[in-house]
Amino acid sequence: MIEQALANPWIRQLANAALLLAVINLGVLVLIYMERKVAGFIQSRLGPVHVGPRGWLQSVADALKLILKEDIIPAPADRFLFVLAPFFVFVPVLAVFLVLPFNAGWVAHDFSLAALYVIAAGTVAIMGIVMAGWGTNNKYSLLGGLRSAAQLVSYEIPVVLAILAVVFYAQSMSLVDIAEAQRGFGWFIFHPPLLVAAFVYMIGQLAETNRTPFDLPEAESELVSGFHTEYSGIRFAMFFLAEFANTFFAAALAVVLFFGGWDGLPGLTGALWLVAKSYVLVFVLMWIRWTLPRVRVDQLLGFAWKVLVPIGLIVVLWAAASVVYAGGAKP
Amino acid sequence: MLIALIVFVAVGILFMGATFLLSRLLRPHRPNPVKLQSYECGPEPFSDAWRQMNLHYYVFAILFVLFDVEAAFLFPVALALGKLGWFAFFEVLLFVGLLLVGWYYAKRVGGMEWER
Repeated sequence: MIEQALANPWIRQLANAALLLAVINLGVLVLIYMERKVAGFIQSRLGPVHVGPRGWLQSVADALKLILKEDIIPAPADRFLFVLAPFFVFVPVLAVFLVLPFNAGWVAHDFSLAALYVIAAGTVAIMGIVMAGWGTNNKYSLLGGLRSAAQLVSYEIPVVLAILAVVFYAQSMSLVDIAEAQRGFGWFIFHPPLLVAAFVYMIGQLAETNRTPFDLPEAESELVSGFHTEYSGIRFAMFFLAEFANTFFAAALAVVLFFGGWDGLPGLTGALWLVAKSYVLVFVLMWIRWTLPRVRVDQLLGFAWKVLVPIGLIVVLWAAASVVYAGGAKP
Repeated sequence: MLIALIVFVAVGILFMGATFLLSRLLRPHRPNPVKLQSYECGPEPFSDAWRQMNLHYYVFAILFVLFDVEAAFLFPVALALGKLGWFAFFEVLLFVGLLLVGWYYAKRVGGMEWER
């Protein structure tokens, strides 16, 4: 009965989407707790301790609080854009999880252009951020939104080039094929060109997910809160959810591209390895976030274009050369 | 692919819609003119934000299109390079080399500077 229903592609994808949505929501609750604890310990304090044992119910309490808060739409705002913007930010994040393989065969839909699809779907969120910045009709939001546009667009290129280098190695754009190619600890991170690519990718994703040292779109001390200054309650929660889900996706994609995907020691199921490796990478992102100060906007864009882009291009050439040198086999 | 994408987008929209609806049923709603003002660090807001401003961003947007299209051209080559061999590699080298020359030119004329 259930198998029959799941044979229908619509129903199967519906089940996949619901499952992934649950995974994202749970994952984000864990991430928020982890972020606060990590931040706490880095700053020599305890972080949340009161709600639940060791404070682990804190994120649930936060979510409840945000649902119960009054929703304020400022009178000067463009209501249509204001309401639409969170959809444009959150829906693409859910949509990119479509191609993320968690284990051999555990992928909602694998297809031959997955790497390009991830890049393309991720770009839609930029539109939502610009819409929020412009539609709010607030000077801080506008500055934050436009800065985001410049930043996200600039750091997109190094990320794309790093993915391109991996595609040269794997000779496939399907994320499943890329992960399969690294079976048995043949992780791409162990190959010198892709080690550099991994660094470029992580720096680029640090900026794409708006994390310090590149959190200029939010920049609390200058722009209040950037493009979501006027968003409150549940609408703000959606931006927050999207940001954390995006951080998790960036880390999981790094695991698939460079750290062998679900490859790990036998004994545990592959999905657990993938999630564990992703959380380690997320921890690294948090560590960087709470350690480094914020850079200036001209330094930020200069770094992307003058340093990361040429490194990315050279890495692509390097990866291509080593593939051809190995005669088309895996180098 | 299309089915999966449609379902995922629909589920995303439905999830957000349902959460907004739930929140609407539970939350208070007491607007007043002061609460609905734009936030401007305390003082009364003096104009709206929709005015002409200096966009430093268009040059970066043009550079983005340039390099993104380049990457789009390189993806098909990446899939076939193993079969094509050194000749194709030198074509990639030429292509990326030309772009690096363009990159150097843009850097020289100050296309990557924030302040102009």
